[in-house]
Amino acid sequence: MNIMIAFQNVSFSYDGTVPVVEDLSFSISGGESVGLIGANGAGKSTIMKLMLGLLTGQGKIFVGDLEMNKQNLPKIRQTVGFVLQDSDNQMFMPTVYEDMIFGPRNYGLTKEQAEARVDRVLNQLGLAELKHRYNHKISGGEKRMAAIATILAMEPEVILMDEPSTALDPVNRRTVINTIHRLPQTKLIASHDLDMILDTCQRVILLSHGKIVADGSADTILRDRALLEANRMELPFCLQGRHM
Amino acid sequence: MNKLFHAQSELREMDALAAEHSPIHALHPLCKLFSTILYICVVVSFPKYNFSGLVMMVLYPIIVFQVSGIPVSLCFYKLRIVLPLVCAVGLANPFLDHTPLLQLGTITVTGGVVSMVTLMLKGLFSLMASFLLIATTSIDALCAALRRLHVPGILTTLLLLTYRYIGVMLEEVSVMTEAYSLRAPGQKGIHISAWGSFLGQLLMRSMDRAEELYGSMVLRGFNGNFFYADISPFCLRDVLYLAICGAAFLCARFYDLPGLLGSLFVG
Repeated sequence: MNIMIAFQNVSFSYDGTVPVVEDLSFSISGGESVGLIGANGAGKSTIMKLMLGLLTGQGKIFVGDLEMNKQNLPKIRQTVGFVLQDSDNQMFMPTVYEDMIFGPRNYGLTKEQAEARVDRVLNQLGLAELKHRYNHKISGGEKRMAAIATILAMEPEVILMDEPSTALDPVNRRTVINTIHRLPQTKLIASHDLDMILDTCQRVILLSHGKIVADGSADTILRDRALLEANRMELPFCLQGRHM
Repeated sequence: MNKLFHAQSELREMDALAAEHSPIHALHPLCKLFSTILYICVVVSFPKYNFSGLVMMVLYPIIVFQVSGIPVSLCFYKLRIVLPLVCAVGLANPFLDHTPLLQLGTITVTGGVVSMVTLMLKGLFSLMASFLLIATTSIDALCAALRRLHVPGILTTLLLLTYRYIGVMLEEVSVMTEAYSLRAPGQKGIHISAWGSFLGQLLMRSMDRAEELYGSMVLRGFNGNFFYADISPFCLRDVLYLAICGAAFLCARFYDLPGLLGSLFVG
């Protein structure tokens, strides 16, 4: 399978002394759905920002055939969509529609082309009624779905999601999970919601202090209580076998 | 409801107003911008004692309010903070100008009183016209119109982003004041001793939010050039509107319309 994302000996430090990501190497194949897990401060969000060129570290990062550098950045950002943890930070235009056409228009689509794409994505996600709604008037769950829609409107090949299920009620969480299931793109999902990771990812990368502690099948890693607890995590709730 | 949350809602309400549909909303933003600028220039240019001439200028906002379907009360409500300030501008005039202008029974109306009222009306009309412009034109359309006038892109982008970031900052202030008031029961507002740290925190939080928002924009291809609202080219309707407004304003300014109307009835 073709390699979609590759990190080769990537290191990064915010202050130049304490490394947040240290000599990290991994690759993700096209169509894979990978969960990025780890305790707070493990480096999950930093890895995503490095992948998008929002932060620059040492080592090499490839997205498809493109190496991360200034020249390739526009193309890379067109290829990789990022769903932010806080949808309020993602939805900065007054309406869902205006937010959705923002990306496609910036990438040269005409208004008609962009609108057709917006309609297609909204219909695909069953969100057509949100199109002309004001961002400040939709619920948290709707906003999260709209944030995913704004990224899908750019037709990225890779989707990065930072905590997509936080602050959602069970029904909205399930809606987001079902949507993730339906997305054919390569996905990298950073989350503490291990139940969701188990549900949506075939592969998991466990991080600790900016290093990969484990990289393998979700079913194996997420069932390894000792490994998870050693890295300040717990078994997914569905595997804990608690009896009330 | 938190006052700041309310302020934020009011800001968003303006966006909603501008998205309404009416013949005025449908006009080209440049046409509305020009007519508003011309209106304000004409209003401001009235001599200080020409009260009757100035009164005629009220017709423009009245007509626009009617046609656009925007309630006049809403305008006064939105301008409630600025209006007293504008009205206060001429308050000193009656004490400075004692020239008698007319006699109403036993009361002598001095030039100071007339010029005070004229000044108040000038402020009021200008504010109303500005309100109507922003209530019938979205900020995006306005910036698009400014770009058509070759106003530098950096200025229009700055204007647009400032407008957007006001909301972001209000959100942060709202969250912080709520958190403060929950731990300071019985206190009204923020205590002066906390102002320094409050403002510092606000700056840091707003910068973080702004950074996140900017990141989100950059990731979606933003390179400093905003794609503003698509505005249709100037059409006959816009030209007519501008011509009629222009002619009416200039007539009101250079002809004594109240006098002419009066002579029709009185002879």
